[in-house]
Amino acid sequence: MTEVTELSWPEADAPHTKEVLLNLGPQHPSTHGVLRLVLELDGEYVARVDPHIGYLHRGTEKLAESFTYTQIFPLTDRLDYLCPPSNNLAFALAVEKLLGIEAPIRAQYIRVLMAELARISGHLLITGALPLDLGAMTALLYAMREREMIMDLLEMISGARMHTSFCRVGGVREDLPDGFFPKIREFCDIFPNRIRDYERLVDNNRVFLKRTQGIGVISAADGIDLGLSGPNLRASGVDWDIRRDEPYEIYDRLAFNVITRDEGDCYARWRCRVEEMRESVRIIEQCLDQMPDGPFQIDMPTIAFPVDKDRVHCSMEALIQHFDLSAYGFKVPKGEVYSAIEAPKGELGFYIISDGSPKPFRMKVRAPSFVNLQALFGVTNARYLADMIAVLGSLDPVMAEVDK
Amino acid sequence: MSAETSLIRALIAERFGEAIEELGFSHGVHAFAASPDRIVELCRFLKEHPALRFDFLSDICGVDHYPEMPRYEAVYHLCSLPNKWRVRIKCRLGDPPRVPSVTGVWRTANWHERETWDMYGIRFEGHPDLRRIYMWEGFEGFPQRKDFPLRGYKDKLNPFGAEGPPPTQPDLATEDIPQGGRSTPGT
Repeated sequence: MTEVTELSWPEADAPHTKEVLLNLGPQHPSTHGVLRLVLELDGEYVARVDPHIGYLHRGTEKLAESFTYTQIFPLTDRLDYLCPPSNNLAFALAVEKLLGIEAPIRAQYIRVLMAELARISGHLLITGALPLDLGAMTALLYAMREREMIMDLLEMISGARMHTSFCRVGGVREDLPDGFFPKIREFCDIFPNRIRDYERLVDNNRVFLKRTQGIGVISAADGIDLGLSGPNLRASGVDWDIRRDEPYEIYDRLAFNVITRDEGDCYARWRCRVEEMRESVRIIEQCLDQMPDGPFQIDMPTIAFPVDKDRVHCSMEALIQHFDLSAYGFKVPKGEVYSAIEAPKGELGFYIISDGSPKPFRMKVRAPSFVNLQALFGVTNARYLADMIAVLGSLDPVMAEVDK
Repeated sequence: MSAETSLIRALIAERFGEAIEELGFSHGVHAFAASPDRIVELCRFLKEHPALRFDFLSDICGVDHYPEMPRYEAVYHLCSLPNKWRVRIKCRLGDPPRVPSVTGVWRTANWHERETWDMYGIRFEGHPDLRRIYMWEGFEGFPQRKDFPLRGYKDKLNPFGAEGPPPTQPDLATEDIPQGGRSTPGT
């Protein structure tokens, strides 16, 4: 806090009013990471907000230029660390488009399954964290309980709880493990009831409703103008979902609803995410029902690692293939591609320029959180400081993705 | 060639003639090349034409083609939500790179342009607040340029950096960088 002045109202042009500068963050629990907001306060009102970002800047794009395509997967994990499978998928799709290949159908199902699990995991956090920011702690604890189930499932598939790095160009790393199906079925049975629990916890909480309904309204036109995407845009009534409108992988075989709301306020953004979790469970169930047998990796020795790892130790060709792909990577034809998917936070795009070498010449990440955070300009003027927290929480930025 | 491709090409050709070069359609994106002085006009046209309605600016990014000349490029990705089309506009820039800002067309361009300025040193003229966004104030150089070393330059905070002082940035050293907006006091 810089200094304390007496409360002043913007409509009162009293001569004693004085603007106060307040630093919110970089270390503040409700900035969801290391975000610093420089707020110009007029009494309790926020007159101006200036977000300072970059505290987590790791230079992902610069680093990627010196990595082979396979090595970039772990980098993408660390963008939106709540849902790494989506990021992996977005990158893999971009490279596959450049190569002109497609992953086998089973691999596509596995990727979509994991991406939807990740979506639930990402949305669960905001489902709990927004009420937490506004003083209702309980929901987060319950949300974390369910998130743990998803972590266990991801660990079962990939061996890692968070940074799965499970996608590969042309497929996935391994097949689904034994005993996975009963476990995920159990999750799909339990989870919809749990969503109802959160709704009972939060939806009837009058303080929560008061602090989110009608707060931080973004109109549809503003949302598009500000480049919002994902649930943030759909909460403003724009019916746009890349999964349905530009279907990638096997989304055109799946039935799901695109959730939209008309209010465009914090509550609508929260609500959209809760509803989307239900749709994700539906998608996962369909993936499980439709999951075909078959290879999980494309049969191209120049691109894919040997499926049978034992062969690497006995066969010269497999050893060379493995070594070659690890040390030099594979060449990607000259060209450029922009490929976007519907990540939990919005449109996650990878723009890759290839010069024909095994490393990208340029990789640009269109990070949805980066663009969504900018919407703070669109909504917070002449609002209470406390509303600012609600708006920030409902926009759901992940700072690792904002800062890249 | 699909109907949409020919429609977009025809409308652009009708309005701009030879000024906008057409770069073909690949991976779901129609690509065009424009010169810096036409970029704002082209963006506004694409956004406002009733048949095109490219209302959503996905992304702006910089590219450094070092040592090729002209060295820099600003790349715009537009999306038409009503039509589900995507367009890429590429704009080659000399050294020092300057291009008019499209913040007047889309507000979302603000941070994209700040990022591009920060990373590549591309000046967006008319931008209301062209400050660095990721790097700190006072940082020298533009990290994503191809001649900027991956680990940065060696100094007392960075013992692993490359030898040698940062090259002087002519457009930084000389004059009139609009630091834009207001500097943030009390920080």
